Amino acid sequence: MPLLKNGSIISDDWITIGLEDPRPESGDIVVPYARLLKEWESLTDHDGRLGVIFTNIDRVEALTLFLPRLALIVLPFPSFTDGRAYSLARQIREIGYTRELRAAGNVLPDQVQFMLQVGFDSFEIGDRFSADIWLKASRQMSLAYQRGLFRPLGQQEVWSERHREAEPWLEQPHAG
Amino acid sequence: MTINSTEKGKILTANRLRDGEVVFLTHSGLWSENIDGAVLATEPQAQAALEARGKDDERANLVTGVYSFDAERREGHVFASHIKERIRSLGPTVRADLGKQAEGRGGHFAALQGV
Amino acid sequence: MYRYDEFDRQFVTERVAQFRDQASRRLSGALTEDEFRPLRLMNGLYLQLHAYMLRIAVPYGTLSSRQLNTLAFIAEKWDRGYGHFTTRQNIQFNWIKLEDTADILSKLAEVEMHAIQTSGNCIRNVTTDQWAGAAADEIADPRPVGELVRQWSSLHPEFSYLPRKFKIAVTGAPNDRAAVKVHDIGLRLHLNDKGERGWEVLVGGGLGRTPVIGVTVRDFLPEHELIAYLEAIMRVYNLYGRRDNKYKARIKILVHELGADKFRAEVEAEYARRPHADTKVEERELQRISAYFAPPKFEKLPRWSATFEEARARNKEFAAWVKTNVAAHRIDGYAIANVSLKPEGGIPGDATADQMRVVADLAQRYAFDEIRVSHHQNLVLPHVRRDDLFAIWKVLNANGLAASNIGLAGDIIACPGLDYCSLATARSIPIAQSISRRFADLNRQHEIGPLRINISGCINACGHHHVGHIGILGLDKKGEEYYQITLGGSSSESASIGTILGPGFAGEDVPDAIEKIVNTYLAHRQPGEEFLAAYRRLGAQPFKEALYAAA
Ligand code: HEM
Ligand code: SF4
Repeated sequence: MPLLKNGSIISDDWITIGLEDPRPESGDIVVPYARLLKEWESLTDHDGRLGVIFTNIDRVEALTLFLPRLALIVLPFPSFTDGRAYSLARQIREIGYTRELRAAGNVLPDQVQFMLQVGFDSFEIGDRFSADIWLKASRQMSLAYQRGLFRPLGQQEVWSERHREAEPWLEQPHAG
Repeated sequence: MTINSTEKGKILTANRLRDGEVVFLTHSGLWSENIDGAVLATEPQAQAALEARGKDDERANLVTGVYSFDAERREGHVFASHIKERIRSLGPTVRADLGKQAEGRGGHFAALQGV
Repeated sequence: MYRYDEFDRQFVTERVAQFRDQASRRLSGALTEDEFRPLRLMNGLYLQLHAYMLRIAVPYGTLSSRQLNTLAFIAEKWDRGYGHFTTRQNIQFNWIKLEDTADILSKLAEVEMHAIQTSGNCIRNVTTDQWAGAAADEIADPRPVGELVRQWSSLHPEFSYLPRKFKIAVTGAPNDRAAVKVHDIGLRLHLNDKGERGWEVLVGGGLGRTPVIGVTVRDFLPEHELIAYLEAIMRVYNLYGRRDNKYKARIKILVHELGADKFRAEVEAEYARRPHADTKVEERELQRISAYFAPPKFEKLPRWSATFEEARARNKEFAAWVKTNVAAHRIDGYAIANVSLKPEGGIPGDATADQMRVVADLAQRYAFDEIRVSHHQNLVLPHVRRDDLFAIWKVLNANGLAASNIGLAGDIIACPGLDYCSLATARSIPIAQSISRRFADLNRQHEIGPLRINISGCINACGHHHVGHIGILGLDKKGEEYYQITLGGSSSESASIGTILGPGFAGEDVPDAIEKIVNTYLAHRQPGEEFLAAYRRLGAQPFKEALYAAA
């Protein structure tokens, strides 16, 4: 499935493997969280990058141990009205994860901007909408009232625009 | 069938997408703002055909919120059985000056008024 | 009142452009209804019984004359010449076209208004005391914090797809006129012995099918921590609130299922875990906002107004209006004038475009250009000179706006019910009308004293029936409307949920039933005892007997 990342449409080079699927010798693989738990020892030695699919009933603390080894965290949206992963994404960034955070499943173009703001940086976009629509929808609002969000695509924070004098916390909280 | 008998069946209704106007599916397959023109499906088969037609027009973005409701035909005119559908095909009971009832598109029954 | 700066303006303008694009994608078929629904709801656009319905936010219930005039303009240009003020201090238009909606939103943006988050599973319009900034009992004006919360919650990326809607109310006075105990979050201002401000945080109140009084999770939250703490609550709710059943999805259910202590612990843990630098309420931002709510330039007036006293002595109708519709202002020589939208036999909360303009004009001439919407579905001129009251009353009276019934039997709250609402199980407006006619005699209303009659057309309780002294809930029994009566509810600082009396009544029998209830109260009350107090003392029994014994 194509991905939206950094404002362009790219292909997905990760290999997703299920709970029971055989593991390839090498290559970048994404596994369900349950498998990460079970095979952690051997997975750490895998020849390639490691990613995990983390569902929205899991608690963020469960990831802490694995973070340094992870290069991709996928948060599936079972339906586009299920907003749990927005909070989870922010929590994952708050505990210091800086690599790829991907929204998968039921995602709409009109939600991408919110997702970028909470720390997602890649999106499984399917074929329901054209690339155009995705790109346009991801930069509809150039301002946000909240502070401490990711500010993709040059988006500005109302607060810091209003109170221009520099303050340390005006820096973005996470590297992202 | 005599003209005085009551026939029971289903009417298909929806809101027109662009303006929200309440509409009813007619014999010709077009949507009417007046319940009087609605086709009353008395057989399950005909009802299924109506629903299919509704889904098509929903996909074609003509209407939205398609559903069917119980209705009857008396003396050649159709009536919604439930008060909700009667209000929907006429307008608010507390504003007889508004809605279909005020625009001569209320079908052949009078609005409820008061309680 | 708050004025947009360039950023607020740009934000709302972009939002309108975004909606314009979404609506045109829907009209062209590029978006399906399922995809479009949450987008339109987040812009206040519902599909209702007769057409689309647009709900416009009136943040913390405050309007300027220019804004109210614009609402009148919208009513005439795009609707049917009237609007409906709601129990959430908003206004709804019932006959809107999808293809006009973006234009309406543009028009609203011109006067610094919007419909953002007036619907959908997000943080809704913040409500407050309709007398904010004017009430004699107020500790401080709650609206700056209301505005702070409005801005923080507007298009909050993390909290726009919550399990269910989320309502926040704020009050700055000990007498709760904002019903904070029946909101998802209620905020209540307190001062400590050092004179510092802090907020009591109540969570998990709500009405709907499971009415609940909120629980206090913090007694005194320092003001600068407010937003950070709200974020912690919202996050716990967003992550753990139920999504499997929409009737169990409100935060009140989460609080109930976890238990107040466990819920509080979750919130505190989340709060402790997070960095707060970026959510701290900065003094200068609060000051910037507060400056807009600085009190108007009140004159130094004597407490006693000769003009007013003279008019009151001369004109009995005016005197009756003053008795119920005028409230004490914190400044000498001023008063709060309440404009009842409940004329005898009228539709509660409805105002015509002309009436809106009349009130807007009065506000401009006499009330420092301010109007409030109350959650009782009335309007308020919050700061008027006592000297001007008679002149104001004359204008109101000439325009059908001088019903002297604020807080009395005729001041009925009613949701739109089956006349407009597609979720309704029965009509509510005609019930309100028939009760209002039954109690048309103003002397009798005064004799009865303070009485809240609240009516909802279905279990969703938009008409607050659970917290009415007398609550009426419209239901459907085999296609017939019938009405269940509850007694003893209240949304004040001593909030309580009403108790169901017994079997329901057909619509035409409701006025009789209400009359029997009122007569029972009159027969049993002690000198000076109000309806609610009498009910609390007597219990339901005498009322049940009166209603059902003879049958
Ligand atoms: C006509 C369209 C309306 C629809 C479709 C609608 C829908 C709903 C629903 C579904 C609920 C229950 C939510 C829950 O418990 O989870 C609710 C509650 C509520 N609504 Fe409405 N409503 C409408 C109009 C109004 C109006 C006109 C008012 C004000 C007069 C209003 C104010 C409220 C209030 C105060 C509550 C209860 C408080 C709470 O959220 O617990 N609504 N509404
Ligand atoms: S209480 Fe029911 S009938 Fe009344 S407005 Fe709410 S949803 Fe509609």
